Amino acid sequence: RSRAPVEPRMALENAAPSVVGKAASRPWAPEDEDDSIADAFDAREIFDLVRNINDPEHPLSLEELKVVRLEHCEVDDKACTVRVMFTPTIPHCSMATLIGLSIRVRLLRALPPRFKVDVLINPGTHASEAAVNKQLADKERVAAALENSHLLEVVNQCLSIKAA
Amino acid sequence: AMAAVPVAVLEGHDAAVWDAAWHPQQPLLATSGADRTVRLWAPEGDAWHCVRILDGGHARTVRAVSWSPCGRFLATASFDSTICIWDRTDDYECTATLEGHDNEVKHCQWSASGSLLATCGRDKSVWIWEVDDDGEFECLAVLNEHSQDVKRLAWHPKLDVLASASYDNKIKLYREDADDWIPSDTLDGHDSTVWGIAFDAAGEMLASCSDDRTVKIWRSYAPNNTRGVQTNGVDPKWKCVSTLSGYHDRPIYDIAWSHSTGILATAGGDNKLCFFQKNLESSDDEPSFEVVATVIQAHTQDINSVAWSHADPSLAASVSDDGLVKLWRVTAA
Repeated sequence: RSRAPVEPRMALENAAPSVVGKAASRPWAPEDEDDSIADAFDAREIFDLVRNINDPEHPLSLEELKVVRLEHCEVDDKACTVRVMFTPTIPHCSMATLIGLSIRVRLLRALPPRFKVDVLINPGTHASEAAVNKQLADKERVAAALENSHLLEVVNQCLSIKAA
Repeated sequence: AMAAVPVAVLEGHDAAVWDAAWHPQQPLLATSGADRTVRLWAPEGDAWHCVRILDGGHARTVRAVSWSPCGRFLATASFDSTICIWDRTDDYECTATLEGHDNEVKHCQWSASGSLLATCGRDKSVWIWEVDDDGEFECLAVLNEHSQDVKRLAWHPKLDVLASASYDNKIKLYREDADDWIPSDTLDGHDSTVWGIAFDAAGEMLASCSDDRTVKIWRSYAPNNTRGVQTNGVDPKWKCVSTLSGYHDRPIYDIAWSHSTGILATAGGDNKLCFFQKNLESSDDEPSFEVVATVIQAHTQDINSVAWSHADPSLAASVSDDGLVKLWRVTAA
């Protein structure tokens, strides 16, 4: 009788989204090979963590759909804060909470626990921006959602690596 | 000035710790968390130890723990939609499981008399249960006053008056009316989720903490009060008399008001503990509070709960997403 905060819908809401190509891999620098140098997290690393997340309704990544963009990923390594703003493909996208939850879970799993992570809708790009932001910021609701096996499966599908 | 000095770090929970509650008479602390267990901690010699693990009662995160005022029963509220009652005199046997909430139970709290237990949760409801002498529970009321999930409860220290805090940014008060329970006031002032609420010793003031990063102090004004505050018929009106802001820069997840020392403790998503005291020269109508101690990085992750010991009034416990329970001695520096 548990209730999932988001219910995936079957019909495509935005049947023909605009798509961009993927960014090239991050170039390796010589110091990357040197384990004695501690690298601070930078925005590109945050972007690399979230760009390959699968969209819940298109066979495309969040990067290809321009839902996540490098310029909307911020990190302050010293202050231990990460902020990702995402842009739903349409202002009434019912998947916004699920996409935001997937971004949050990806970052929670990948980043050291010292980081405080904020996942927000890019201002002005969704009709229910405040409600979605509040839901994504509520750690108790997020924790409870991730104990819901049905919802966790949906999130894990978004986070799974697709076969090439 | 005062100082908060670390006394003990209690390791044992395997995941985030969500709540802490002190036994009403003894140096015994109950904590609960995402590992689905409840742990009991007590001093043995110079050190604190885990003296008991209560597991098997809940299938999901144990969000909250509350001791009955007599100290015999421990109530635990879980995301699995149930509340378990554990009997200390029966080797912590789980003697009752309360069902009825649709999904996650977020908090449970015994009334001062010990005859009532209130529970609340994600289904937006507050339930009031009556406990008879045989330990049987009967639901007296289901209150659906909030428009969103109900996060926290607090009973008045002297009266059968209940307060609830919600994701809808509001605090509601309830009292008994003949055979029914009715809402008696709405405290509207926070800009986001109210995570914690605590009455002072006299029950004249209520402190609340919020996702909006502020603490608010509310004062009760009785009907026909001399200050000219309009009341709701026979019920007192609770008015915000002070807002404390700028002390936490992430959500404030819990607040505890010591009924012995009057010190107000707050715990935040900024890993910080703050301790406030009312300036004794300030009036009750416009109270001013000053920070008497702060612990920056009290934990390495969000602090979810803070609680004052009843047996040892200068001792406080904090629990965190970092999986640790910490004890603090808060005394004059």
